[in-house]
Amino acid sequence: MMIRDSAATMAAALAKKEISAVDLANQHYEQIAAVDKDVHAFLYLDKEGALAQAAEVDKKRAAGEKLSPLAGVPLALKDVLTQKGVPTTCGSKILEGWRPPYDATVVTKLKEAGIIILGKTNMDEFAMGSSTENSAYGPTKNPWDLTRIPGGSGGGSSASLAAFEAPLAIGTDTGGSIRQPAAVTGTVGVKPTYGGVSRYGLVAFSSSLDQAGPCARTVLDTALLHQVIAGFDPKDSTSINQNVPDIVAAAKKQDIKGMKIGVVKQLSGNGYQKGVENKFKESLDELVKLGAEIVEVSCPNFEYALAAYYLIAPSECSSNLARFDSIRFGLRVGDDGSKSAEEVMNLTRAAGFGREVKRRIILGTYALSSGYYDAYYGSAQKVRTLIKRDFESAFTKCDVLVSPTAPTTAFKIGEKTNDPLAMYLNDIATIPVNMAGIGGMSLPCGLAEEDNLPVGFQIMSPAMKDDRMYLVGGALEAALIDKWGKTILDFAPKLVGSK
Amino acid sequence: MSLNYEQAVEKYEPTLGLEVHVELNTKSKMFCGCATEFGAQPNTQTCPVCLGLPGSLPVVNKKAIESTILIGLALNCTIAPYSRFARKNYFYPDMPKNFQTSQYDEPICVNGYLDVEIETDDGSKSFRVEIERVHMEEDTGKSLHVGGSTGRIHGADYSLLDYNRAGIPLVEIVTRIIPNTGKYAPQVARAYVASLRDILRGLKVSDVKMEQGSLRCDVNLSLSEINSGKLGTRSETKNVNSLRSVERAVNGEFIRQANRLTSGERIIQETRHFLEESGQTRPGRSKEQAEDYRYFPEPDLVPVIPDNKWIEELRKTLPEKPSDRRKRLQQAWSVPDKEMSAIVNAELLDTVEETVLLGADPTKARSWWLGEISRIANDRSVFPTELISVKDVYQIITLISQGELTDKLARQVVEGVIAGEGSPADVITKRGLKVVSDDSQLMKAIEDAIAAAPETADRVRGGNIPAAGALIGSVMKATGGKADAAKVRELLLKHLGQ
Ligand SMILES: [Zn+2]
Repeated sequence: MMIRDSAATMAAALAKKEISAVDLANQHYEQIAAVDKDVHAFLYLDKEGALAQAAEVDKKRAAGEKLSPLAGVPLALKDVLTQKGVPTTCGSKILEGWRPPYDATVVTKLKEAGIIILGKTNMDEFAMGSSTENSAYGPTKNPWDLTRIPGGSGGGSSASLAAFEAPLAIGTDTGGSIRQPAAVTGTVGVKPTYGGVSRYGLVAFSSSLDQAGPCARTVLDTALLHQVIAGFDPKDSTSINQNVPDIVAAAKKQDIKGMKIGVVKQLSGNGYQKGVENKFKESLDELVKLGAEIVEVSCPNFEYALAAYYLIAPSECSSNLARFDSIRFGLRVGDDGSKSAEEVMNLTRAAGFGREVKRRIILGTYALSSGYYDAYYGSAQKVRTLIKRDFESAFTKCDVLVSPTAPTTAFKIGEKTNDPLAMYLNDIATIPVNMAGIGGMSLPCGLAEEDNLPVGFQIMSPAMKDDRMYLVGGALEAALIDKWGKTILDFAPKLVGSK
Repeated sequence: MSLNYEQAVEKYEPTLGLEVHVELNTKSKMFCGCATEFGAQPNTQTCPVCLGLPGSLPVVNKKAIESTILIGLALNCTIAPYSRFARKNYFYPDMPKNFQTSQYDEPICVNGYLDVEIETDDGSKSFRVEIERVHMEEDTGKSLHVGGSTGRIHGADYSLLDYNRAGIPLVEIVTRIIPNTGKYAPQVARAYVASLRDILRGLKVSDVKMEQGSLRCDVNLSLSEINSGKLGTRSETKNVNSLRSVERAVNGEFIRQANRLTSGERIIQETRHFLEESGQTRPGRSKEQAEDYRYFPEPDLVPVIPDNKWIEELRKTLPEKPSDRRKRLQQAWSVPDKEMSAIVNAELLDTVEETVLLGADPTKARSWWLGEISRIANDRSVFPTELISVKDVYQIITLISQGELTDKLARQVVEGVIAGEGSPADVITKRGLKVVSDDSQLMKAIEDAIAAAPETADRVRGGNIPAAGALIGSVMKATGGKADAAKVRELLLKHLGQ
């Protein structure tokens, strides 16, 4: 069995024909069959499509065709990206049964690279949440402790990695939906610079904040996947027409001597779990040992980031989600011939959207309404500018910024479902990155002493300097594994039935 | 008692504003690559973007921006160095995303003007129509409501949706209030839309076919008592789709509002629809409260920041302004004001110019197109060039000037061409319409005419030249109208010693 190996190792074995892509995919399907009834990372398995794709890769390899580095390696796709002919639900009832007629650009790139898409992973409905409890199809469990949340919104993608159901996954990050799940599952996740990866085919939650990104169990795997999906896309006007820095080389370099690493004063203290802060500080010590210099920087406007985020994201979502109206696709409720189109739209939206989605649509509709626009949406945009300036000024003093990814380790399922504000606080350290459109990574940095659960270390880099977080992340990861004598997931309890 | 238009304009002063929507003729839609052909099978020109499918994203059509900048330049606008799209949020089944992507508070062209001329009691008068903004937006799909009696959504059994039109680029041209039009408001409105249409046609950015809806006009009108200084409440009459209707809509709305105000009723701020048959307007769907569109900048699109160099290059490609062209042609053709206006109003300027460019005499070209041919065209409710080509008319005019045809014969040739009997030459041959130019044949007819009326001939011999008219008439009759009257006159007078 290779399922516990890294994607890079699997790729090497495939290249040497030590294993076929079909066998590798089947090994993962076996693991999924064994553990996913407990973890519930997947919403849909496209076994037929994936195996056909794998057979194609094997055929090409046998024919001696030149293949891309990750060809034949399996991947779990967050159910917020369209894949032609494969159900895409966004974790919502309103899209139940919808099969998109087109591939997201990210999916096109994955297919072109020969990466095998095993299936679609669970998520908070329309990516709104930090625990995957808002999925209309039931929550995903944290493989470290099945009574706990796997983070969100991309809990399914991160859990699939931690449960060895897939070595690679795609997530999307609007306020931390890649990084926070990575943190609480002991995996790696990267939110690329806004515009670095195409959003075409990513079902929008908040267009100016959404960004698809790579998830894996190692920094190098994450970089390899990032390389595949990055780049300019003429179908996405906000995508950046500029060369992607060599992130794979950066992930391998492991030399951070003389680098200046800024610790954000505002992203610690009140609200942060003791064990999280301790692991974070120990990691800083490792970075110093590697020759980096730690500087403290202040970003005073981060204080307003969460409040501003909860105006901008709901405002955009209220408009983005207007298209779910039963007319052209998805759920239709109450169309018995006696009702008007407007009534059917209302009934459908009432039945099809969950509580959190409705909450945010209402919030956003209110924030954009005439007479309130300036006070809410307008002010939030100003805060956004101030946060950008905070980052700009901080990056004059250091090469990257760091903080804990999430204030706590994984909490219990159900613990915060009745307290939206407590839930929102999970993203307090990840949101500033989205507001500024820069890059952010979370990698595991140890287990909190209180609960033996993984802690995430966040690295933030300036826009289009994504290579920097891979450089620092790669070096830190190596130092920590060296220190522990094994990877973090080797500390995790074995799931029942796991291969 | 009810006021007619003359009474209404004595009491009230209009405040007029016009919004014109123009469908651009770009090959592809505003935000996707779909075709824009008119009349295609329903929903065959669609894709994930213009159907608003989840995950799809818009990309601005550069050609549409270019066309809009051209329109702005032709209307003397400033081109904004930075403009943005916004989302106009409201739910409607034929709008795929349930928001329309439209420019809002940051339009691409601002502060322009267009001078239009109309005929007043005191001769030609020019009005300056100030343009507030020219902005881009996308069209919606079309709903077809089936069943029910009204053809409207309420009471229909079901509705069919066609998204072919969804996402077709539209340009909206909004005027400021047009001041001091007084009783000429309907003519000014019409002249403005007509001038605008000519400009757009000259720019080749739109088909400007009002009957197909590629150019439609919303008329905003309010009245205030003359010299009261108070602005009235306005109504907005939507989608008026012919020049004549624009004029009639202003007229009808003027009368309606004047009568309400006179009888002490209030004007409701509302959307109204123009009724082609009666020339009046009826209220649209009444809204309980003003719709809140929750505009905000479209986050899926980047701002439009046109390069100055690009703008200047586009400026160089602008065609001659229709008003300049009109002046130039009027001078070249030596046409009086009134006749020039007649050509323009009949929309025959292009046609006459083309005929002249082939070599026809301007006066002849004008009189043939506006006279005989227009008369027949009007009878059949078609445009003159649909009946006969510019080339045929040029040939007929040439034959007249060469003495091969008389005016009377030429009318028969025109008739024949229109009837589908072939080219002018074919008609002349088939109908035997050649002018009798053989002198001996004519002399025979002249001698016959003199013999039949010797007393008249004597009067002519005696110096009574006008008396020759009767003799010429007899000759013409004898030759079946195929003789050139001038020539007959010349030969006759000579023969009688005059
Ligand atoms: Zn389209």
